[in-house]
Amino acid sequence: IRVHCGRGVFRGGGSQTSCDSFEFHRGEPSWDMKQLLAWIRVNLLKERPELFVQGDTVRPGILVLINDADWELMGELEYQLQDQDNVVFISTLHGG
Amino acid sequence: MLYKQIIELVSHGTCVKCKENTAVLIIRVGDAFCRSCFKEYFVHKFRAMLGKNRVIFPGEKVLLTVSGGAASSSMLAQVQEGLGRDAPKKLRFIPAIIYIDEGGVCGQDPEKREETVAQLETIFRKTGFPYHIISLEQVFSLPSSVLEPVPGGARHPGGDYKAAVDQYIQQSKLKQKRGEASVEEAQDSLTRLNIYSPPSPEHTQTLQRLFSTLKTLTGFSDSRYGDVVVVRPMRDYSSKEITFYNRLFGVESVFTPSLDTKAPDKASIQRLTESFIIKLQADFPSTVSTIYRTSEKLHTASSPQNSSAELSAKCLLCLCAADTKAEEASAFQATLLSERLSVGKAQSDPAHSNPASSNPASSNPAGSCCQEQGCGAGGCCSTSRIPAPTDLKTLLCYSCRLTIKDMVTQMKEEIGEFLLDEDEDAE
Repeated sequence: IRVHCGRGVFRGGGSQTSCDSFEFHRGEPSWDMKQLLAWIRVNLLKERPELFVQGDTVRPGILVLINDADWELMGELEYQLQDQDNVVFISTLHGG
Repeated sequence: MLYKQIIELVSHGTCVKCKENTAVLIIRVGDAFCRSCFKEYFVHKFRAMLGKNRVIFPGEKVLLTVSGGAASSSMLAQVQEGLGRDAPKKLRFIPAIIYIDEGGVCGQDPEKREETVAQLETIFRKTGFPYHIISLEQVFSLPSSVLEPVPGGARHPGGDYKAAVDQYIQQSKLKQKRGEASVEEAQDSLTRLNIYSPPSPEHTQTLQRLFSTLKTLTGFSDSRYGDVVVVRPMRDYSSKEITFYNRLFGVESVFTPSLDTKAPDKASIQRLTESFIIKLQADFPSTVSTIYRTSEKLHTASSPQNSSAELSAKCLLCLCAADTKAEEASAFQATLLSERLSVGKAQSDPAHSNPASSNPASSNPAGSCCQEQGCGAGGCCSTSRIPAPTDLKTLLCYSCRLTIKDMVTQMKEEIGEFLLDEDEDAE
């Protein structure tokens, strides 16, 4: 599973440092997105976690792509991550 | 999130349009599109916006303001595609690009600014369109005062471009004078809407004023600047659509921090409003479109186009309808009254006479000491040639008045030790 922060910058910046591409190796049991987010919040978000996560899910305005497809099509938080999955988070909050 | 639950009930692995390919994204409520149908939808929307509104004619010069962000980059890509030889019903205008470097205002490090500009130049060069890069500081080295309504086109090289820009310049004037981000009046459609769409409404006093100003600031075309028409072709795209398009079709964009980057929700009215609307939109996806439709339906009482007849009909700073001809019992009058009561002795100075100091009930806030309509520059009967701050205020809409008031307060603080005591002058 590879997690990548596309654009890397959220409204509020800061996540530029905490969102780099990384490989993620897990054994059993496989994770769902909810667990992944919880992990990210604890381990990756050094400053202002509220700019990225809100409760269990991502903050409104953050797009989540799993293998280049909208995670809404895959059940959002319930989606079970599989080997070779590529997850990308993109912020839409900075207009321009 | 009820609507999301509904979506989940419906099996939506397939594109709703072609019903063949696998869907890759969902937009609006439950519209799942495959890659190619989405592209078609996106491109079609852009052409339709331009075609339906008939504001840009073949052969005209159009200035594209690109901030480097997602929406303006997407717009640039659409223009490129639309002008391309292969395009069916191709667009036929003459484009040029402008980028305004605001890094100075945002306190950006000079090296970073240069890097950003270099990245953008690479992108611009690839389009083959002529481009201009200016910094905000250059814009302000012009001698015109901040209160002069200078049409957007006058600042751009090449004169008579129809600018695909919003009130960038006016807002930029405010931001430059202010320096640090503090509470600003919500005339900010730059970061959110403009031609770079993620929408959020403007924030003014009453509902009617809200929507009439909203229509000016967020409508598809904006004629406040006279011969330069501001057009916002990206206004109907959601930020999700833009982001997805850019991602799927390789549209490059460059992130530049703005004044409210990293700002918490309460840093400014814009931030608060934006946060409010986004959260509302997440649960009620027709929020923004309803706001748009409502603002389009409401007619403005005095349209900005009637400026020749009544100076006071248009705010001097933002060029929106000056909303200060309020009835006696209005909330606006109440704020004026409480302001006068709390400010006190400053009003007794004849050079700064305020007609309302005598009888609040009969005062006309849009009038000046002349009891005439507007206290134009030089037309004032006060002893001073330069209009006093109080007089200028009458030419501004409520939002701009507050902004100017804050600015003056801030400036006074900054240069406080150099000011002569006002009491000495009056004596």
